[in-house]
Amino acid sequence: MSLDLLFQYLVAGITYGTIYAIVAIGFNIIYNTTGIINFAQGEFVMLGGMLGVTLHALLPMPLAIAGAVIATMLVGALIEMLFIRWLRRPSVLRLIIITIGLSIAIRELALLLWGEGVRALPYFTGTAVSSLSIGDVHISPQVLWVLGLSAVMVAALNFIFARTLLGRQMRACACNREAAQLCGISAKNMVTLSFVLSAGIGALAGCAISPITYVQYDSGTSLAIKGFTVAILGGLGNSMAAIAAGLLLGILESFSIWVMPAAYKDVIAISILLLILFVRPSGLFGNAEAARLKDY
Amino acid sequence: MASRRNLPIVAMALVVIAVHLLAAAAGKPQYLTQLTMAGYYSLVIVGLTLLMGYTGQISMGHAGFFAIGGYTSGLLTTYNLYSQNGEMPVSMLRSTGLLVAGKDLYGADLLVVRPWAACVVALLVTLGIAYLVGKPVLKLRGHYLAMATLGFGTIVYKVVLGSSVLGAADGISDIPAFPLFAGLAVSGKSVLRTQNYYLAWALVLVAMLLLTNLIHSRVGRALRAIHGAEDAADAMGVDTSRYKLNMFVLSAVLAALGGVFLTHYNGGIGPSEASIMKSVRYVAIVAVGGMANLWGALIMGVLLNFLSLRGSFGSYDDAVFGLILLAIMLFAPDGLLRAELVRRLPGLRRGFGQKGAP
Repeated sequence: MSLDLLFQYLVAGITYGTIYAIVAIGFNIIYNTTGIINFAQGEFVMLGGMLGVTLHALLPMPLAIAGAVIATMLVGALIEMLFIRWLRRPSVLRLIIITIGLSIAIRELALLLWGEGVRALPYFTGTAVSSLSIGDVHISPQVLWVLGLSAVMVAALNFIFARTLLGRQMRACACNREAAQLCGISAKNMVTLSFVLSAGIGALAGCAISPITYVQYDSGTSLAIKGFTVAILGGLGNSMAAIAAGLLLGILESFSIWVMPAAYKDVIAISILLLILFVRPSGLFGNAEAARLKDY
Repeated sequence: MASRRNLPIVAMALVVIAVHLLAAAAGKPQYLTQLTMAGYYSLVIVGLTLLMGYTGQISMGHAGFFAIGGYTSGLLTTYNLYSQNGEMPVSMLRSTGLLVAGKDLYGADLLVVRPWAACVVALLVTLGIAYLVGKPVLKLRGHYLAMATLGFGTIVYKVVLGSSVLGAADGISDIPAFPLFAGLAVSGKSVLRTQNYYLAWALVLVAMLLLTNLIHSRVGRALRAIHGAEDAADAMGVDTSRYKLNMFVLSAVLAALGGVFLTHYNGGIGPSEASIMKSVRYVAIVAVGGMANLWGALIMGVLLNFLSLRGSFGSYDDAVFGLILLAIMLFAPDGLLRAELVRRLPGLRRGFGQKGAP
């Protein structure tokens, strides 16, 4: 096995891993403010990609992507306001089933709107065959776009949560909902905002990855499972750990093709998920002591 | 009490006969085919009702168990061992009478496992897998349990889809009939349509008899205690993890039983039987049926599966079940056909009277 090939697999793994990490961060944002795992998270990525492709028929690329992100954010807000906001003391089981139902509804709607066809945005710069060569290793510029945009998203989220009033309010709700409400923070609005944020980053990731992986009405499901795996692997709610976990999963998956047929690639991710759930549900980087107080 | 409890079972037997007579009188015997299939799916649904409604443990992967049952039996009864005929394990199996020789469509020699033996193996395999999966999975709660079972279901689906020995995307076809006794066989031949209809529903009847008695026993009370408050049940001396595991395994074996019979009835099985949407559909039906309501789940299961098999939902099949699930959880999270709602109807009060909350 040559060193170049090893590197090529590594790059592919890092690219996919970054997307898994973004999906995981989307899970974390909503989980932190609400305690809900939004099973429709993968559908945000799919919607972003699909809307981006559709809008690109009419608008130049940057505008199409911005439009897709904004539209998906609106969908996120709508979902929260129509299906979650007015529930009074919903049980966990009820919320799980509602978000699963929503993911099916979005997927079927996408099937209705866009059919079964596979779509993709064109490469942001260059074409499918253009590549940057570092020695004998070739990297598609799109990979750099994915990595760059993801880095910007993470930095922006960090800025929002650490520096802005809105971000601090969201964190306050995550820490202690009652206390935050007593301080005059509208917890309900923060929940809507968390849906909007995670829909937005999902949609942007969906646009960035679509030239490489293509997007289809049902591509959200496996992304959601992978993203959840990564979120758990890093410790639920911990977005920085999710990045490390995402890269780890992406690389493992990429190299698994050597050992097993490519058809079983998803099995690797899910086996890791099950293993982590069984052995260390607090995640690789989570605090086992604190986790004991949580309800798994 | 016991005789009154069995009243619905008798009523159900009468309904099964009445439906047959009605279908025959209306000149629509083909309906019986879909009702037979719906009957086998009902086995999955009543099993899942026991697990979800009574024990309070969600499973998003029950289609996986259905598929494990169906695929194991399908594979064993079609995998040709003829070329290994002289070899040690095969000849040993043959001398025990577990194998059956025959000819395929083109006259080539076939040597496959007998269907009843394949069925037993399928159920044992499911039992083993359910036990191994259930043991760690049932320690989880809420989101984690849902995701873990969803993960299990996805693994089964991906393995089925990616394995050429299981026919990959095409599944297994030409699965032989399952001969039982006195000329009766699980098979899709139209001559045997009525017999198969009664066979399927006899099986469902037995399952219902078993489950209704189970939920009214000491076990049933323990399950409801677990559903109500697991820690409290634990403190009262209920071995919660054992009960949960037993119910998980029981419902998985019921699902596999449905899978085995439906596979032989259809003469084939495909990967869609293992898909997540199938699992979601089972959960949706249990929810519509009233969660902790075996009869409600059975009725809704037959109704919705029958409509779906008749093609009433067209290409919106998955969308219909998704929306049903969503609507039920938004507006009637305790399920549609609830015992409390039924009890509130005047006149029925006496019949359902003093049986504690479900």
